[in-house]
Amino acid sequence: MFLDLFYGLRKAGVPVALQEWRMLLESLEQGMHACSLMHFYHLSRACLVKSEVWFDAFDAVFAEVFEGVEGALDIEKEVLEWLRDPKAAEQLTAEQLAELERLTHSELMKRFLETLAEQDERHDGGGRWVGTGGRSPYGHGGVHPTGIRVGGPGRNRSAMKVAEERRFRDYRTDQTLDLRQTRVALRRLRNLTRSGNASELDLDETIDETCRNGGEIELVFRPPKRNNLRLLLLMDVGGTMDPYYEPVSRLLTALHEERGIRDFRSYYFHNCIYEHVFKTARLAASDAVPTGELFRMLNERWKVLVVGDAAMHPAELLQSYGNIDPRVVSETPGIDWLHRIAAHFNRSAWLNPDDKRYWDQTQSTRVIRRTFPMFQLSVDGISEAVQALIGARVQA
Amino acid sequence: MSSQNGFYRFTGTDDYIVSPSLVDAVNCAIALERPLLIKGEPGTGKTLLAENVASALGMPMESWHIKSTSKASEGLYVYDTVQRLNDARFGDGDVSDIRRYIHYGPLGRSFSAEERTVLLIDEIDKADLEFPNDLLLELDQMRFTVMETGDEVAARERPVVIITSNNERELPDAFLRRCVFHFIEFPERELMQKIVAVHHDNLDSKLLDQVLIKFYWLREQNDLRKKPSTSELIDWISALLKSGISQDQLESHIPFMSALLKNEQDSEALSRYDDRGGELPTQWSDLGPRYNQ
Repeated sequence: MFLDLFYGLRKAGVPVALQEWRMLLESLEQGMHACSLMHFYHLSRACLVKSEVWFDAFDAVFAEVFEGVEGALDIEKEVLEWLRDPKAAEQLTAEQLAELERLTHSELMKRFLETLAEQDERHDGGGRWVGTGGRSPYGHGGVHPTGIRVGGPGRNRSAMKVAEERRFRDYRTDQTLDLRQTRVALRRLRNLTRSGNASELDLDETIDETCRNGGEIELVFRPPKRNNLRLLLLMDVGGTMDPYYEPVSRLLTALHEERGIRDFRSYYFHNCIYEHVFKTARLAASDAVPTGELFRMLNERWKVLVVGDAAMHPAELLQSYGNIDPRVVSETPGIDWLHRIAAHFNRSAWLNPDDKRYWDQTQSTRVIRRTFPMFQLSVDGISEAVQALIGARVQA
Repeated sequence: MSSQNGFYRFTGTDDYIVSPSLVDAVNCAIALERPLLIKGEPGTGKTLLAENVASALGMPMESWHIKSTSKASEGLYVYDTVQRLNDARFGDGDVSDIRRYIHYGPLGRSFSAEERTVLLIDEIDKADLEFPNDLLLELDQMRFTVMETGDEVAARERPVVIITSNNERELPDAFLRRCVFHFIEFPERELMQKIVAVHHDNLDSKLLDQVLIKFYWLREQNDLRKKPSTSELIDWISALLKSGISQDQLESHIPFMSALLKNEQDSEALSRYDDRGGELPTQWSDLGPRYNQ
């Protein structure tokens, strides 16, 4: 059973090796678990899991191994969203309870999925729909003897309950997360080289030179380490990008605060890049900069980061005069401009706020992915994009 | 402090309230003689933990506050070459005795101590990426050699090592594998009440309720960039108490907001909420179910 935990964790992608496992066994030998599941839960987590990122996966595996609880139901996120704050539970009469008890688990499961398919809005209280605080067998915080609890916090504090609660879900890095984590991801952009004025005392050289000089102190200076990274940010604004205001603004804040970047420029566009990009998000004609100008001003060593959902009408991308901005006539199709950008700069990456699963459903996204390596705008995605910009070359 | 079965047991102190999972992690690290790695939001008392473990176990403490320029070797010892060079140049002191120019760092001091110590390595993530790896061997074996003199420093009693990290960067796997890990969760209502009681006893319970309701509500606001933490809450309560504010005054607005929100954008976001005539919660039931169990 213990080994199930070990292999379960490995299967769930939690990095656990023999060393951690031995550490746990050692602590068990010392009787640290004090024969309680709660202590065992704390101990095994402290020994086996080395980052809060994996706590959620650990909780899931622990719950499965130690109660045979089947993997948590993967319900649409939205449903979980309303189940997260249940309303007060209704009190049931004895007859109602008896009636409800007749349902078996598999029947319930079947009807749960059927009900979920029929239902189309949030629901609290009541006796049929999936919701909170109701008498329906499905949902959260409700009164039903054999019901299916769907997400949300548990009521009692046992190890199983704690594990089942999955309180660490927010720490998973595959979700779009907060500013601090974005900053951590971006920190990898640092690429230190020595350049500029010699202003730092080089102690080793000083000693060597002093010795060579017969004990007469000879100070040697060297240039300090500096980040040599230059970053060009191109951002899609307006329209389909509006819902992503929050994550994009976090990325921007983090980029501005990243002091390690030597030079940073950002320009805006709407949907696709044509003859002009804009200095401000208002995309006013007076702020326009010819895209060709970028190639003149910035050499190929600049790293390019494009932020956009890459979702547009195929004509906007692929046809001449495809620009939907009524103020200008763009003879060259957008895709040509994108090709030129990818060709001029050595490294580029595209961050897409849309869910990765839907990328392939949009034609324009599929086409753009052939030109730019595309990553999701999440903490993991940003790390990967940074890797694509400074690490080993990856195929678009 | 209590010592049973030959090893120390930490149970928290009067001034420092710990969750059961943290107690287990601390005791596990002490028993296994492994470093304990503590992560958590800023302001959840990571650094304080080491001080309290030291005082609870009656051990002296060494702390090493890591900066971005810290090097692993500095924790062991520093060989003051420039001083020696200078002394040689100007003929001060006995230059031939290298030991005079070897200064032990926090690690060196705690290894060479007569009794078991608590060693705090604070904010290890601030240092260079390779920093933790450079310490692997020393932390494993609790011994090192001073290269210049050939002296070996070995710990008679393995110190209790507590390492804190703010998650500014990922720590190397090899390093993590050797540590016992604990993540300090943000305290929930019950634990928070105990923590506040440690700092401000005799606080009126109704006032405390109002304070905590406002505090947790603030933390739930998603547009805040920096959520207020425990240490800010304690400061805020101090400010409230000094100004002698009453429970009624707290119901409708949040005074001394600057004690809680340290960021201009956050203060603005909240004042917008006020302008919209948003209502503040006055009872626990106004908050989500997490607070009403």
